[in-house]
Formats: sequence, structure tokens, C-alpha cells
Amino acid sequence: MKIAYNYAFFDEGSKREIRRATLKAIAIPGYQVPFASREMPIARGWGTGGLQLTLSLIGKSDVLKVIDQGSDESVNAVSIKRLIQATTDVAITDETKEATLLQSRHRIPEVPLQENQILVLQVPIPEPLRWIEASEYATKRLHADREYSGAWLMLFEQIMKHGHISTGADHPVEINDRYVMAPSPIPRFDNPKLHMSKALILLGAGREKKIYAVPPYTKVVSLAFEDYPFEPEDFSDKVCRLCGSKGVYMDELVDEAGIAYYQCNDASYCLQALNQSDKQTEVMG
Amino acid sequence: MESYEIPVLAVKGLRKQYGDGCSYCSGPKKEGLERNFCPQCGTVYACQDISFEVYEGEILGVVGESGSGKSTMMSCLYFDQEATDGEVYISGYEEGKSNILRQSRQQRRYIKNHLMGIVYQNPEKGLKMDFSAIGNIAEKLIAAGHRNVSAMETRGKALLQHVNIPLFRIKDIPRNFSGGMQQRVQIAKALSNNPPILLLDEVTTGLDLSVQANVLDLIKGLQRELGISIVVVSHDLAVIRMLADRTIVMLNGKVVEEGLTDQILEDPQHPYTQQLVHSLL
Repeated sequence: MKIAYNYAFFDEGSKREIRRATLKAIAIPGYQVPFASREMPIARGWGTGGLQLTLSLIGKSDVLKVIDQGSDESVNAVSIKRLIQATTDVAITDETKEATLLQSRHRIPEVPLQENQILVLQVPIPEPLRWIEASEYATKRLHADREYSGAWLMLFEQIMKHGHISTGADHPVEINDRYVMAPSPIPRFDNPKLHMSKALILLGAGREKKIYAVPPYTKVVSLAFEDYPFEPEDFSDKVCRLCGSKGVYMDELVDEAGIAYYQCNDASYCLQALNQSDKQTEVMG
Repeated sequence: MESYEIPVLAVKGLRKQYGDGCSYCSGPKKEGLERNFCPQCGTVYACQDISFEVYEGEILGVVGESGSGKSTMMSCLYFDQEATDGEVYISGYEEGKSNILRQSRQQRRYIKNHLMGIVYQNPEKGLKMDFSAIGNIAEKLIAAGHRNVSAMETRGKALLQHVNIPLFRIKDIPRNFSGGMQQRVQIAKALSNNPPILLLDEVTTGLDLSVQANVLDLIKGLQRELGISIVVVSHDLAVIRMLADRTIVMLNGKVVEEGLTDQILEDPQHPYTQQLVHSLL
């Protein structure tokens, strides 16, 4: 490894600044801590917030996993992995269990996270009230006043328009009975995994220059009404065509005959399930 | 002296100034001001020592020319602006013993959401123009702690019907409504949490006469049926004559005259009030 960069790309001062913001974020669950988002060798909006968190945290003994919409092998995930590996030489894995540091875009892995793991999520819009209030000055005051009627109003409008809550992803949550937080565009299916998570979850928005966190074992409640409770996407009657798994988040695909079929969204989980069933057939055979 | 009745809203010595003041203008009498403006340091004294009381089921009129501090006073009462000094007590909050201007931001938010309603002259200020009419009403209910969609929908529908918005339009956005309809949605929104105090800031200005009559009827009905205490700001004396039981007259940020509406209109004492009444066409 012959590269003119400092370890993990950043100079030590930058890493310390990001870690300070991270510590503050952990101390105040759900509070968006501003930080000096750096120029990165990838474009803003391509995960620079998550990447900066990862680079500020990574050490020589870490094992890294990067996923993009559930896939370890998409272009974005691979580019980020290559940049990190070129400047740190850490071990890379696809297996959720083995990783100590996971950077993810828009999914929380199916394999439950553990206490020794940190999940870093990439966030495009960290402000849950942005759609009803364009001004940052105003939203900061709304958070200070704990005035979140706007977030509920958005859900109310959806019910009025569509007869049900129609958030596709990024369904707002209330954390630690205080802040309302955008959980990054993870599907509603993943929202319950935030609640009392064993792993530390950090969220970084590079373009918006914000870091916030879900500390381990923190109460996280998805916003809902008394008569319209929160409902994750339902895949209970779907089976993965490749590995036969049930009860995980599925992608819907359409084959050439125009018939829909389903496949695990979390590619590494799917592969693992396939290997498992192969082993079982070997033993039995 | 024993007081017979506790006022629903009591304002004592409310002041609002823009600028720090200087030795020239900060004397207690504020002499040397040009209207409400200090020519030396440029400080504007928008409201100077305004005091009044509103009792249950009463409508208080506030008249005065434009720039006399009426709207500034209203926005201070609704915490849209921070008052420089003064005390405001409302009977619904800690039995009228705490100065609500000195409460924390969260408490003030609570008072605003639970105990007050406001209708602005400009519906853009009071409504979310791109959210449905019923959503706008729900916003106030949600802020007051409601979390049941069907209850809020029922309440919203009843209120909108009460202000004559046809049921088939309640899911439309106010941006597509006429000015009069927007104003009526605003009133419905202000009423949604049954506030004991309603602040109306030039509600009929800019509406055509038949719609004006409609809105005034509605306000009069609210006083009769719900016993709400209302503060009506207007520069239109006809509106004040029709609505208000008592009236205060403001000029250059000060209250220059107060009394029963009839008395003020028939027998004005202050030169400005005399001029105002006589310029009525």
C-alpha cells in the first residue's frame, strides 16, 4: 500500500472534529448536530455523510461491510469500499455477522446487529419537518419547542388523500420521547429494528452537514395515529425465489412472461441462506 | 375594592419597541417623538403602555389608523413577536396569575395551541396553502394533542360546515379557494380547539360586502353560541359598530380613548377619535 494520504483519507484534525460531533449526537439521541462536512472524492448525495462517519471511526482491527439498497456489489458500495480499503487496508466482508463497522444506504441488514457493531446510515434529508417548513431557522425552533404537529400533519394528509399512511420510506420516528427524527430512507419494514437496537446507529448527511444518532438500547417509536397504527410493509405471504426465505424485505421483480416474483433485498442474507440449504442437502445426501 | 369578575384576558402596560432607544427618547413621557418614531436614534415605539381587559363572552374592538400599532399588539399577544415589556394574564392559564409573556417557549406554544385562536388579515399567514382545508384544521388539533384521525375528521367537517364550506371541497387546498372562503377556513381553524380567546386581525378587510356580512354574522354567532371572548382589530368603524361591546382607540402606539362602543362613536372625546368618527362616510 503506497498512497500519499493519511490513514483513512482524512487528516487527524478532521477525524477528531467529526468524532466530536458524533459524541454529541450520541449524547442527545435524534438531535441533528451540525458538522463541517468535507469535500470528498465522491459527489455529495452519493453517501458522503456516511463515508465521513466511517472514515472518522475506522481502525486497523475493524472489519468493514458496505451495502447499497441491500446489495454489497452495487457500484456505489464497491467504490466506497475501494476508497476505504486503499487508505486503510482493513478487512472487507459481505457477512453481516463478521463486520464491526457497517455503512449502509437505505437498509438495515436482516441479520440482527450486535453490541460490538456500528451501523452508519447515509442520509439525504435529515430534517423530518423539511417538507412543511423550508427554513432551517424555523425548523430548529420547532425542534426546540418540541412542536411536531407538522410531521403528524403530513401523515394526516396522506390518510385524507389515500385512506392510509403512504410513506414509502423515511417514515418519521420519535426517539427517546423527545426528538422526531428522519430515519433515512429505510423502508418502514426496517423502522422497528431501530427500537432498542443493540448496535450503535449513526446517521450522516454530507450535503446537509448533519450527524445524528440512535444510541444502543434507545426507545424509537414510529409516528402513527390511534386509529391508524404504524404498519410495516407486509411480505408474510411472499417467498424468495432464490433461497426460499420468508419474513424478510423483498424486491418485486417481473419476469419475461410478465409474472411478478420476489427475491430477498438483502443480497448477503440471501446468499447465506442459500449456502445454508446447500450444506443441509449435502449432509442429507 | 372587590372585583366582581375575573377578566379572561388582561393586558397591562404592554410595550413593543424596535431599536434600543437613546437618551433623547427614552424618558417616561416619550416627548420629542415624531408620531412613534425617534428622530435621533430611529427607534420605533410601536406599542406604548397598552392596557385593557376582556371579559367572558365580550367582544373588544380595537380601532386606529394604519401604523398605530394594532397588528403589532395582536402579534405580541399571539407570541408571533416578542413584547419588549408588559404583562398579559389569561384566566385559562394558571388561573390568570402568571404573566404569559414571561413563560418558556414551550409553555407559550402550549397557550397558543390550547387557549387561543387567531385569524390574520392575510390567510397566507394563518393557513398552510398547500395542505387540504381539513388538514389545516387538523394541524391545530394535532398541536393541541389530538391523535385520533376519525375524531379530527368529524370535528373538521363540522367546523367547515359551520362556516359554510361545502363538504365536497374540504379536501381541496386553500390556495384554490376564493379570499372569502380562505378567511372562513381560517376562522374554522382558529375555533377548532374551542379557544376561550379569539384574536381577529382585520378579518373582513379586502372581502366584498356580501361575504363581509357573512363573516360578521359568523363572528356574532360565535359570541352568542360559544361565549368566546374576542378581540377584533379593524380600521373599519362599521365593523366595530356591529361587533364590539367595548372599544379602544389607538394612535401612534398608545390607547387614546376607551369606552363603550356606542359612547365612543356617538360622543368621541379625543381629537383623533372625533376626526375618525367624522370621516366616516
